[in-house]
Amino acid sequence: MDKRIRVLIAKPGLDGHDRGAKVVARGLRDAGMEVIYTGLRQTPEEIVKAAMQEDVDIIGLSILSGAHMSVCRRVLDLMDQYDFHIPVFVGGIIPADDAEELLKMGIKAVFGPGTPISEVVKKVQEVVGQGVA
Amino acid sequence: MVEKETKIEYNSSIEKILSLSEKIKNGEQIALAKAITLIENEPELIFHVESHWNEVLKTRTSHIVGFTGSPGAGKSTLTDAYVTKLRAQNRNVGIIAVDPSSPFTGGALLGDRIRMKRHFTDDNVFIRSMGSRGNVGGLNDAVFGVITLYKLYGFDYIIIETVGAGQSEIDIAYVADSVVLVLSPASGDEIQLMKAGIMEIADVFVINKSDMEGAQMLKTNLEMVLQFSESSKPIILTVATSGKGIEELYIEIEKHKDRLHGSGEINERLKRRIKKHAETLVLKKINKVISTENIDESLMVYDLVDRVIDNLCEVYNTELRNKEV
Repeated sequence: MDKRIRVLIAKPGLDGHDRGAKVVARGLRDAGMEVIYTGLRQTPEEIVKAAMQEDVDIIGLSILSGAHMSVCRRVLDLMDQYDFHIPVFVGGIIPADDAEELLKMGIKAVFGPGTPISEVVKKVQEVVGQGVA
Repeated sequence: MVEKETKIEYNSSIEKILSLSEKIKNGEQIALAKAITLIENEPELIFHVESHWNEVLKTRTSHIVGFTGSPGAGKSTLTDAYVTKLRAQNRNVGIIAVDPSSPFTGGALLGDRIRMKRHFTDDNVFIRSMGSRGNVGGLNDAVFGVITLYKLYGFDYIIIETVGAGQSEIDIAYVADSVVLVLSPASGDEIQLMKAGIMEIADVFVINKSDMEGAQMLKTNLEMVLQFSESSKPIILTVATSGKGIEELYIEIEKHKDRLHGSGEINERLKRRIKKHAETLVLKKINKVISTENIDESLMVYDLVDRVIDNLCEVYNTELRNKEV
């Protein structure tokens, strides 16, 4: 058995700042995970379809445009619609009140600027329910 | 006790893959995605799918096209453009895109999808990214199993994109029906083109980024080198980002496909694929046995060779007995 944690890192919305997404993707890679990065300006529909085909264990969304509430709602709705249920975490510029709201909505974790990559790794492993191989 | 538990787990994964395969045959993509994960983690599970669906699989005629070439030559972008062409012909397509896994952590950054965005919401295109997971031939050991699953699903075309390949990652030649080698200007002089290995396995040559300086020169050099062996393999100039040359690429692959079927060569390619699949699995077993051998420095290599072969037979017989129980 050669089980690997598979993660989709996606950037929904229209902002073009993907440094954060790349840092997280690289950090998770170095923690032994298979990270699929789909690039800039993805629609929620594209993200959920990609996650289904790739059979990932978790989705990470990077959002810096301020559209996090509507984007996350839409991603979760689509997952309900397709009866496809995996954890989702979000990183980016998210005000504290909104972060709380996102967690209530069903997002598993919210990471702001300056989060150590080790914290993201730990949380992903914890949520997926599996240690490092 | 431990042994028994792993055996129970194995049986349930057999049941799981068989029940998923039923759904795959009915066109359920989510079942296909889950089955691929199982096969990736345990490639030998595909045996059960192959024996259960043997009759159905025999009727499938999916054409397998491999894209290989150096990193950054444009394999993903070219795949994307080719898929667009296939979709215009109303063909459905399954893609396997392999990127390298880290030899140190086993992690991987799989980025081939970035170039294929326009197909994400098209239900007739299925894209799966894979890490190479220790395979050094440019593929992943599970590729053979995924081909079977894609055939069962009923894709007209199966496209395999290898990791960025240099000179000797040539496993794709044993897997694909048609191999497309993607070059780009500044790939080196004609001596590079004369070297053995990857240059020998192409059925169709593509010079991508042909709007850049040096493309025509590379084509002339390649033509000259191919003349040495009296080869009439096609060379196509493309610009994948604009779609230039894609029509021609499509036509050349169709011609190659027709030739394979006309001459019966397609069956040779199938046999080659079966042999390579077996080889991959056997080598894996050998590596496993060697890595667990305890040796001291006085042991001669030929003693170790004998011991490994003996142990391999023993392991195999034990597995066989367990299966019969």
